[in-house]
Amino acid sequence: MTETGHAIEFDNIIKRFGDGQTIALDRVSLAIAPREFLTIVGQSGSGKTTLLRLINRLTEPTDGVVRFAGEDVRAVDPIALRRRVGYVFQGVGLFPHMTVAENIAITPRLLGWDRKKRDARVDVLLALVRLLPSEYRYRFPRELSGGERQRVGVARAVAAEPHVVLMDEPFGALDPLTRDAVGQDYRRLHDELGLTTVMITHDILGGVLLADRIAVLHQGKLIEEGTPHKLMTAAKHDYVRELMQTPRTQAARLRKLMEDGPQ
Amino acid sequence: MSELDPRITEALARLPDYLGQHVIVSVTALALGLAISLPLAVIATRRASLRWPLLAFASLIQTIPGLALLALFYPLLLGISAVTETVLGTGFSALGFLPSVLALTLYSMLPVLRNTVTGILGIDPAVNQAALGVGMTPRQSLWMVELPLALPVIMAGIRTSAVWVIGTATLSTPVGQTSLGNYIFAGLQTQNWVSVLFGCVAAALLALVVDQLLALMESGIAMRKRARVAFGGVGLVLVLLAALAPGFARPPATYIVGAKTFTEQYILASLIQQRLRANGFSSAHREGLGSTVIFEALATGEIDTYVDYSGTIWANHMGRKDVKPREQVLAEMGAWLRKERGIEMLGDLGFENAYALAMRRDRAEQLRIRTIEDLVAHAPQLAIGGDYEFFDRPEWTSLRDAYGLRFRERRQMDSTFMYGAVANGDVDVISAFSSDGRIARFGLIVLDDPKRALPPYDAVLLLSPQRAQDEDLRNALAPLIGKIDVELMRAANLRADREENKETPAQAARWLSEQISRR
Repeated sequence: MTETGHAIEFDNIIKRFGDGQTIALDRVSLAIAPREFLTIVGQSGSGKTTLLRLINRLTEPTDGVVRFAGEDVRAVDPIALRRRVGYVFQGVGLFPHMTVAENIAITPRLLGWDRKKRDARVDVLLALVRLLPSEYRYRFPRELSGGERQRVGVARAVAAEPHVVLMDEPFGALDPLTRDAVGQDYRRLHDELGLTTVMITHDILGGVLLADRIAVLHQGKLIEEGTPHKLMTAAKHDYVRELMQTPRTQAARLRKLMEDGPQ
Repeated sequence: MSELDPRITEALARLPDYLGQHVIVSVTALALGLAISLPLAVIATRRASLRWPLLAFASLIQTIPGLALLALFYPLLLGISAVTETVLGTGFSALGFLPSVLALTLYSMLPVLRNTVTGILGIDPAVNQAALGVGMTPRQSLWMVELPLALPVIMAGIRTSAVWVIGTATLSTPVGQTSLGNYIFAGLQTQNWVSVLFGCVAAALLALVVDQLLALMESGIAMRKRARVAFGGVGLVLVLLAALAPGFARPPATYIVGAKTFTEQYILASLIQQRLRANGFSSAHREGLGSTVIFEALATGEIDTYVDYSGTIWANHMGRKDVKPREQVLAEMGAWLRKERGIEMLGDLGFENAYALAMRRDRAEQLRIRTIEDLVAHAPQLAIGGDYEFFDRPEWTSLRDAYGLRFRERRQMDSTFMYGAVANGDVDVISAFSSDGRIARFGLIVLDDPKRALPPYDAVLLLSPQRAQDEDLRNALAPLIGKIDVELMRAANLRADREENKETPAQAARWLSEQISRR
């Protein structure tokens, strides 16, 4: 990755599914800078997850080029690529038969790190996601709360010291309080570790508050992108304006509620 | 303390042999079944097109009755052995261990296949995605994620499979593999219910113990308790060693004696073994073999000796349909056996176990009937009873045509009730087996056959090709030749067949031996 280069680049991506009739992504071009926190928003079926999966070759494009650190991903071994990219899965996807420590250390183990180095890394990461190592190391995923599980998922994603982390609807299943706390904590981690993050979310408000930049997908097309401020205040596209309206109206209603006081 | 029933002590004495053989067959079949079905199941989870045919095939095999599946392997292996013999110059035994293991292996596959496929396909797709996403190769995903997660379900399949195989292995007795089924098959034939029960209980206990140890391992895996898994595993190994140890400790027997599936055969096999022991040789027995199976076993040298009947070999193996006098049958048969199969006929024991017509002694005397010829004039006023197959057999056709027999009534019944029926006067004449103990017990007489319409069934002692010139064996068994007349054999059979004071075949054989030495 060069200083001036892009961390990830989508170049005119087309992705068709099945018989070729269903088009999931329609000529999408997007560049993501190093250390950027990009949120992709859009309805279900808008192609968000497909776009994310193209980055570490869980899916291949029908046409177009995906570049990772300037390199065409087709030239990179997909297994090696996935080990270099952190991934936080929808529904967490922790391995239920492995302890917290084993889950976190999985990619380092696949990369052949020795046990001592892995154990040390697990403790650092648990502390980083604000879980007490001595208490959580040997627990199983079923013994964790939703928020704790998501923190372990984040720790696992960054365990092998990747530069890029992909997050697919990471905080969707959490209650609002936990969602906010975990989200804030992740943003801090992103900055501290100098990560490049691509996050998919339904939660417009969360996306607006966490991201440096937002990209809006609609029916397979990238219809608009820009900083949260720009999209909130000067969206060009009707759909985007409508999308961004929701948090605004909510904020306005909340403010009114506070001003009116108890009735 | 009162003494144990001799039937139980005898059963216990055979336990190390039967149990050891049973365990060897079951474990080999299970190991082979696992080695085949686990990889197949994994492939089936990767290729949906293979899944259906594979599971359908395994289910189909399961619908074949265990006994039929075992029996099917005998002709199949016989054919393959004939091919290898012509192509490679060496054949192999189509009996005993091989057909049993192969049939049981097939039998063991379905639960393992089904559970492995279900277990792997049942994993949460999010977990599979995660395995890919963290950078696992398909192989790593299989070993680190899919198999460990499916393991409790797979173990449940292995348990089912183990119980099935241990139970079904009892059916390998008729194809010549010693197993706990020997108790059951021998017991059924000699109406020794203690033996049947002993076999059932032993097989059930073995299955139960193995099942519980596997269950312990299964729960250990599910709960991730290494100690439980290890405990179950060590338990299994101990059971295995305990079952097999006596077999390893004991020197292999010098001679193997075969027996077919009825009382007389068990008694004669026991008698032969007692003779061998008296001459200082060790021996083992393979009991409950079918008529074809036992002959092939002798020809291939898997057993060294057994008693067969001239009429059986004449019709079934030589393919002869004509009826000849007994001396001529014996002479032609002896020559044929030596020339065609290399089998040595040591001699005839002195009695026949042939189809014969029998009547109550008083009734026969009253009508002055001593031969079938005398019967002809009275037959239109008399009723004849026969077992289910008698009136369809060539023996009956031959008899009827030679004498012009016509009875008032013909009744078919189970052979068990036939003797009682003639004794009660329900019928006047029955088709009997000439050496059957019930002839003596019900006071029946067997009618002479002056026209020799009924083929002779002389009991003959046969030696395998390898033992044909074995002087030790010949000398040990020679004293039996011509020494057992039909009354003596009937009396011995009666001792093991009667309801009260029933003796085991071994006890009856000892009595028979004493009678022979007194003469």
